Amino acid sequence: MTELPNALLLARIQFAFTISFHFLFPAITIGLASYLAVLEGLWLKTGRAEYMDLFRYWIKIFALVFGMGVVSGIVMSYQFGTNWAAFADRAGPIIGPPMAYEVLTAFFLEAGFLGVMLFGMNRVGKGLHFMATLMVAIGTFISAFWILSVNSWMQTPAGYAMNAEGQFIPAGSWLHIIFNPSFPYRLVHTVSAAYLTTAFIVAGVGAWHLLRNRENGHSRIMFSMGMWMAAIVAPIQIGLGDLHGLNTLEHQPVKIMAMEGHYQSHPEGAPLILFGLPNAAENRVDYAIEIPKLSSLILKHDLNAPLAGLDTMPVENRPPVAIVFWAFRIMVGLGFLMAGIGMLSLYARVRGTLYTWKPLHRFALMMAPSGLLAVLAGWVTTEVGRQPWTVYGLMRTAESASPLAAPALAASLAAFVVVYFVVFGAGVLYILKLMAKPPQAHETAPPNIPVRSAGITPGPALKPDFIQHN
Amino acid sequence: MDIDLAMVWAFIIVFAVFVYVIMDGFDLGIGILFPFFKVGHDRDTAMNSIAPVWDGNETWLVLGGGGLLAAFPLAYGVIFSGLYAPIIAMLLALVFRGVAFEFRWRDPAHRAAWDLAFTGGSFIAALSQGVVLGALLQGIKVSNRTYAGGWWDWLTLFSILTGVGVVIAYALLGATWLILKTEGGMQRQCVRLAWRLGAATLAAIIIVSIATPFLAGAYYERWFSYPNILFAGFVPLLVGVASLAFVRSMRAGRELAPFLLALFIFLLCFVGLAISIYPFVVPGAVTIWEAATHRSSQLFMLVGTVIIMPLILIYTGWSYWVFRGKVRAEGYHA
Repeated sequence: MTELPNALLLARIQFAFTISFHFLFPAITIGLASYLAVLEGLWLKTGRAEYMDLFRYWIKIFALVFGMGVVSGIVMSYQFGTNWAAFADRAGPIIGPPMAYEVLTAFFLEAGFLGVMLFGMNRVGKGLHFMATLMVAIGTFISAFWILSVNSWMQTPAGYAMNAEGQFIPAGSWLHIIFNPSFPYRLVHTVSAAYLTTAFIVAGVGAWHLLRNRENGHSRIMFSMGMWMAAIVAPIQIGLGDLHGLNTLEHQPVKIMAMEGHYQSHPEGAPLILFGLPNAAENRVDYAIEIPKLSSLILKHDLNAPLAGLDTMPVENRPPVAIVFWAFRIMVGLGFLMAGIGMLSLYARVRGTLYTWKPLHRFALMMAPSGLLAVLAGWVTTEVGRQPWTVYGLMRTAESASPLAAPALAASLAAFVVVYFVVFGAGVLYILKLMAKPPQAHETAPPNIPVRSAGITPGPALKPDFIQHN
Repeated sequence: MDIDLAMVWAFIIVFAVFVYVIMDGFDLGIGILFPFFKVGHDRDTAMNSIAPVWDGNETWLVLGGGGLLAAFPLAYGVIFSGLYAPIIAMLLALVFRGVAFEFRWRDPAHRAAWDLAFTGGSFIAALSQGVVLGALLQGIKVSNRTYAGGWWDWLTLFSILTGVGVVIAYALLGATWLILKTEGGMQRQCVRLAWRLGAATLAAIIIVSIATPFLAGAYYERWFSYPNILFAGFVPLLVGVASLAFVRSMRAGRELAPFLLALFIFLLCFVGLAISIYPFVVPGAVTIWEAATHRSSQLFMLVGTVIIMPLILIYTGWSYWVFRGKVRAEGYHA
């Protein structure tokens, strides 16, 4: 009989698994909520029916993604207690209030107005309905604000003291805790990533339908809007990523060493390792393809600036290098691809072939999930990169876990895997089904409403209308 | 200024949990009752009566959990790691149930399966919550700021009893909610269900109430020592009065009163629980003052809560108002 992995590892796998699933949903809803607000705003301003059609097309998808985000998020809010009780006890006085503020200011706002946004157009009128849409969009943003503040505090703790029970307690102003050193960078980089994620999904769906029927005006609007975002936001995002990287170098240099694959210190200018196989046993990167001095240039803006390597750190304080190294390259590679297709789209616009150039549409279709992949890769980079700490430099992951037995964790992990794949697998299928349908004029109301009647309309009307439209 | 902030926060969290229990209670109850409704019109109506509000309701669960972390981090860690199995079961059940709201309409071919997920999810979530309540009442072992008991300590005859009790009581809330929201044959069916569930709820309350004082000497002392009995005695008395009023309102064919009276009985049960548990947050192990977070954290949150909580209540009320009146199976058109 093989032994179960130890309880700590199981708890970490479970957390990584559940949070990876969860993170995908808000990554979409943050961008999509804003997109819906833009569409409804354009509709109110111009009166063009296409915008309302697109609003209705995407709100069906939004409802599904939001629902999955809510249920996977409830799991997250309890997992700090179930799996990381020691962390909850010690860090609670600091991370608890911002998380409570997230519930108070964001979740209730979203939930309170979501019902009206989804079901209420004919009950509240256009103006109030638009307000509900805006509130939901603002709610997703506020939610990102608080949870990224908490995550950033765990990465770059500030404004704390320790009490006799070993708890982190606030010292001085809460502003120091909330606006900790890495928070502004993480917030803009993550929100921008969410916008890009949505833009590429929207553009991908538009491209798919343009490949089938390039005359569909709705598909054109989607594709064009998505490509504008790619052309404008993707290059900005690369710049934001660079700023975030410099911030990380200042506050979490070990993470940068792992991202760059710098096992050795470079006193006279560090090379940029493009690719290679990190070899933890030998403390080097095998088969490295590198550009001399470039790493120093990027990180220190000086070709000959010295750069410390992992050899300056005791082994027990190093993150798993290979995972961080590769996740970082996936994220950056996708980022450059995104910016690349954005530039291509500008070129196509100038030539007047944005809606007819099939290779561009195929490329955009291929890139549709790129935002989701980049978001996950970025998350892995930052979270694995800060190991072995939960509160950076102060509290180890190993000290944070609940006193749970491995069998209990193994059983719950298995249950999570099965349930998540069944439930969210079905969700993804339904979303793809909705996306496969071309957007059209007189887009119907969300199909999650049975269009039947209790005696108002006669018998034949009992046929649910989503059968006709799905 | 010398306000006992730990007490204030205990009150806020009890309030959040109570609001959760009555709000998600009736929509979980509808899930539990789902198999009793005819496939088609009746089930669609039942689902539509809660579709626009369920996730607002469930947000109170997140506030209860998040608030506990924020105000009593020690209790949060101890309770949720100590009651690992029922908490995880509840979370997974809520996953199934939450997505069923969206999925069942989109996939007529598998609607039966998603209906089962809705019912099963609602039932297991309610059962788990009841089990958590019972396990909490019977006490959780704590030493050195961590859970110190075994992995099956939560599973006892008493916790199963409270689990079943909560399932029945939620079903009662669901049935009385539907009396309010439906009409015709479906409403008559809900009235029949409410009669039986009302009787069963009362039985469950009586059995749990009789069992609780014998779980620990402290509970017995709390309820039956003089002069406590003079105050505590009002609780069972009021339950009796409310039950009679419930019977009268049902006989009179009232639509709103049975739901409100069921909520009132829930409130009385809550007061009873508070009498039993106070001043502990983890009964028998950790008091609210021992578990309380740092004063600065309490104050920081209190400012926001005092301002925001009324707003939340106002717009929650507004969104219920938007969807007021009888629900019909054609649902809420966008």
